[in-house]
Amino acid sequence: MQERLKQKAIELLQNGTADRILGWKAGEFFYDLTPAVFTSKEQIEKDFVFNVFAGANLSKYLIAESRKGGKVAAFIKPCDSYSFQQLLKEHRILRDNVYVVGVQCDGMCDVAKLGCEGILGVQEDGESLTVDTLYGKKTVKKADAIADRCATCKSKKIVVFDELIGEQGEETEADRFGEVAKLEAMTPEERFDFWRGELSRCIRCNACRNVCPACSCEKCVFDNANSGVRNKAAADSFEENMFHIIRAFHVTGRCTDCGECSRVCPQNIPLHLLNRKLIKDINELYGPYQAGADMDTKPPLTNFTVDDCEPSIVHERGGQ
Amino acid sequence: MRNDPLIPMLGVVTMIRTDTPDVKTFRVTGIDGVKPFQHIPGQCAMLSIPGVGEALFSITSSPTEKDYLDFSIKKCGCVTTWLHQMEVGQQITIRGPYGNGFPVDTELAGKDLLFIAGGIGLAPLHSVINYCRHYRDRYGKIDIVYGSRSMADLVDFPEIIDEWCKEDGINVHLTIDNPQPEWDGHVGFVPNYVKELNFDTSKTVLMCGPPIMIKFTLAGLMELGFEKSQVYTTFELKMKCALGKCGRCNIGDKYVCKDGPVFRLDQMDELPDEY
Amino acid sequence: MKKIAISQLNTLFAAIAARKALYIPADDGAGAAKFTLWAEGVQLSDKLNTVRSAKDLFFPQVEQLVNFKMEGTKLEIIENRDATEPFVVFGVRACDAASFDILDRVFLSDPVDTFYQTRRENGVVITLACSRPAETCFCGTFGIDATNPAGDITCWMDGENLYWRANTEKGEALTATLDLTDCDGSAVTAQQEAVREILRKLPLNGLDFSDFKDQKLMDVFNSPKWAALSESCLGCGTCTFVCPTCQCYDVQDFDNGREVRRFRCWDSCMYSDFTMMAHGTNRPTQKERFRQRFMHKLVYFPNNNDGIFGCVGCGRCLQKCPIHMNIVKVAKALKEDM
Repeated sequence: MQERLKQKAIELLQNGTADRILGWKAGEFFYDLTPAVFTSKEQIEKDFVFNVFAGANLSKYLIAESRKGGKVAAFIKPCDSYSFQQLLKEHRILRDNVYVVGVQCDGMCDVAKLGCEGILGVQEDGESLTVDTLYGKKTVKKADAIADRCATCKSKKIVVFDELIGEQGEETEADRFGEVAKLEAMTPEERFDFWRGELSRCIRCNACRNVCPACSCEKCVFDNANSGVRNKAAADSFEENMFHIIRAFHVTGRCTDCGECSRVCPQNIPLHLLNRKLIKDINELYGPYQAGADMDTKPPLTNFTVDDCEPSIVHERGGQ
Repeated sequence: MRNDPLIPMLGVVTMIRTDTPDVKTFRVTGIDGVKPFQHIPGQCAMLSIPGVGEALFSITSSPTEKDYLDFSIKKCGCVTTWLHQMEVGQQITIRGPYGNGFPVDTELAGKDLLFIAGGIGLAPLHSVINYCRHYRDRYGKIDIVYGSRSMADLVDFPEIIDEWCKEDGINVHLTIDNPQPEWDGHVGFVPNYVKELNFDTSKTVLMCGPPIMIKFTLAGLMELGFEKSQVYTTFELKMKCALGKCGRCNIGDKYVCKDGPVFRLDQMDELPDEY
Repeated sequence: MKKIAISQLNTLFAAIAARKALYIPADDGAGAAKFTLWAEGVQLSDKLNTVRSAKDLFFPQVEQLVNFKMEGTKLEIIENRDATEPFVVFGVRACDAASFDILDRVFLSDPVDTFYQTRRENGVVITLACSRPAETCFCGTFGIDATNPAGDITCWMDGENLYWRANTEKGEALTATLDLTDCDGSAVTAQQEAVREILRKLPLNGLDFSDFKDQKLMDVFNSPKWAALSESCLGCGTCTFVCPTCQCYDVQDFDNGREVRRFRCWDSCMYSDFTMMAHGTNRPTQKERFRQRFMHKLVYFPNNNDGIFGCVGCGRCLQKCPIHMNIVKVAKALKEDM
């Protein structure tokens, strides 16, 4: 796959389709890829990488890249394509300046799930990964190292592209709301304790917000001194919790469930569960809706129909 | 309990003077009526209104004023807007003095001095000018070029006219950006005026004003034959601690709050232009 | 040299905790280790290092500075700094132990930060030598010996025993209160030799920053490499907050209606509002902000501190940066032009 992407990248530069290529750059190790822009065949041959650790969703970078003049070609995986289309729908990306190469994806791996210390290199070998470490070799089944978000992949469909590498896929039947159902089964007290516990680890680094394709405000309300709610560290711990809750509400109906928030969290907080709960609620209260799936449907929360649920729904669902 | 430099002392505002439509001068003493601390011309202090914030201001009064510190402050942000709304008797917090100040007793001693200020940029130089006036025999000739947008925007105008202009050995050159009926002085921007005045290059220059004025005035001074090593200026950057620790005012290997705010311009050549 | 059997670790922790608050790295339930207040049942983590560094104990993320009460024109200053009691931190790695020297140079230089100073005086640091370094480790670049960390007391652990060596008066004083057995240093020496063998095989072994010392500040600052290096930076504060040597802070006021609490909190030069003033910012794009962080660690800090870099090679930023950009990649890219 990597070779096909590299060939394509070089071809797009050489035939003038694009002036720049947005992809992933090799790091010090096998797994530490960095999103990068390539402008020459030499750079691509030397540094372009696509492997099971190319998890970073490149779509948000296109807000800026599409405004730098010229045309940029970007490699977009199925779940990234939902983010990309959602950003198009919000008029954040200049579509004419982007050439989208859809890349089919078998799921990305989570380096922590390899369970290895002192990783020197990883060899992909069909369904298994051979990890060479300072403390010996280890073979891990790829299925066991797959990132949680990919284990419940919602769709292999690339919803927007100019050309495809690999086969077009379909929406999957994966149960991505299983974990949410577990939370819903808790008593309110248990659930409160669960989230207080998880969010207590937050160091307020803003990585979740800054990586989130749905968080594309030019200036976040939490950074704005005039908003009255700016805080970069909490005066009390509940403020940190509020940051995440408010952020989840802000992206409701726009979050495509790409899972980047949980991937980047240095403290392993399962932030995607907040968003998934809201996605599940929207599906139940307003009918099934997938942000980024198309350009036409109106997001339920910015649309009005007479069938919309009433505020009394809170009471009906057992809330106070 | 230890005294920490981040913990301020109480001060009280004993006088407020409206200088221009957006500049007021505040006189501050300790709540015991005594001057909070001694300082060197060009040094700064942290003033704060709890709940609004803390900000660094240059001390406008000369160290030779025994009883108080003055601050001429332009209304432009959160803290300054609050300061402009307060009344005499208001208690605030103060800590300082911070920064290096101008080398009034060393490098500047015995020199002919040329002060160049634009707008509120007169504030830090005001302290030096009055210090030099107090110890008049320690310095040579003094020239002051001061410009503002309009006559109403000239800070300290009565003091300039009634005191500075009347002293021997002090030449004051005022200018405003655009003509006004009641103005019979020079009209034009500071950089051009400095060139027109064609100063003797033996002078030592102390300059403060908006970045654009500094840039063009410096170019003019170079044309006249001045060296960067003859020019001192004072900087303003975001600061929180004023102790050289919080990291905000770091440019290159210098901290403006501690190593500055006064720099000789030839020293700035070795620093990034992130100011 | 003294020792105690691993099976007696809990007894040792209990004995220390009986006199002073004890923090040890323990698993946080989410796959990472965290310095945790020891109580019966808290187990020492087998992770190489904590996500949040040991600096948290000396320079906490949020710290109360002072309170104010305002009534009309009257103002009252109420000193209410967080009480800091004597404490012991166990299991600090060599990298974090070296970070204290860097933090000391900032906070203990004139004018002394008394909040930090009090915590430093109150804290006894027990370090633990590394036995299984990770691929992201590069403390050797800074002359730090992972097999012989600094601290008030240095410990080594093998399958059977914890070995213990007091290095300072504070360390001696704590040691005197504990029931440890005397031993020779042969087991430690053997472990050190074995671990040094591993350290030599680390992928980042041989990484050398010394070129930066011969560079002109402005040459590094003006490197054309900064644009591409900073290109995909998200502008988050992860690197800053997990870094054991980053110490920039903000001072903020919180008005709860009855009083104003002034607190200090960590800040990041990567944030867009870090240098924002009423008239704008002097670092308008992420390129300038990104460059500031690395210039500070590689050039500015050493210039002011006897050539000591503002990095200890702990590798946290290598592990935690969401886009895997870090000081190693930056330094290697810049060195290409030196």
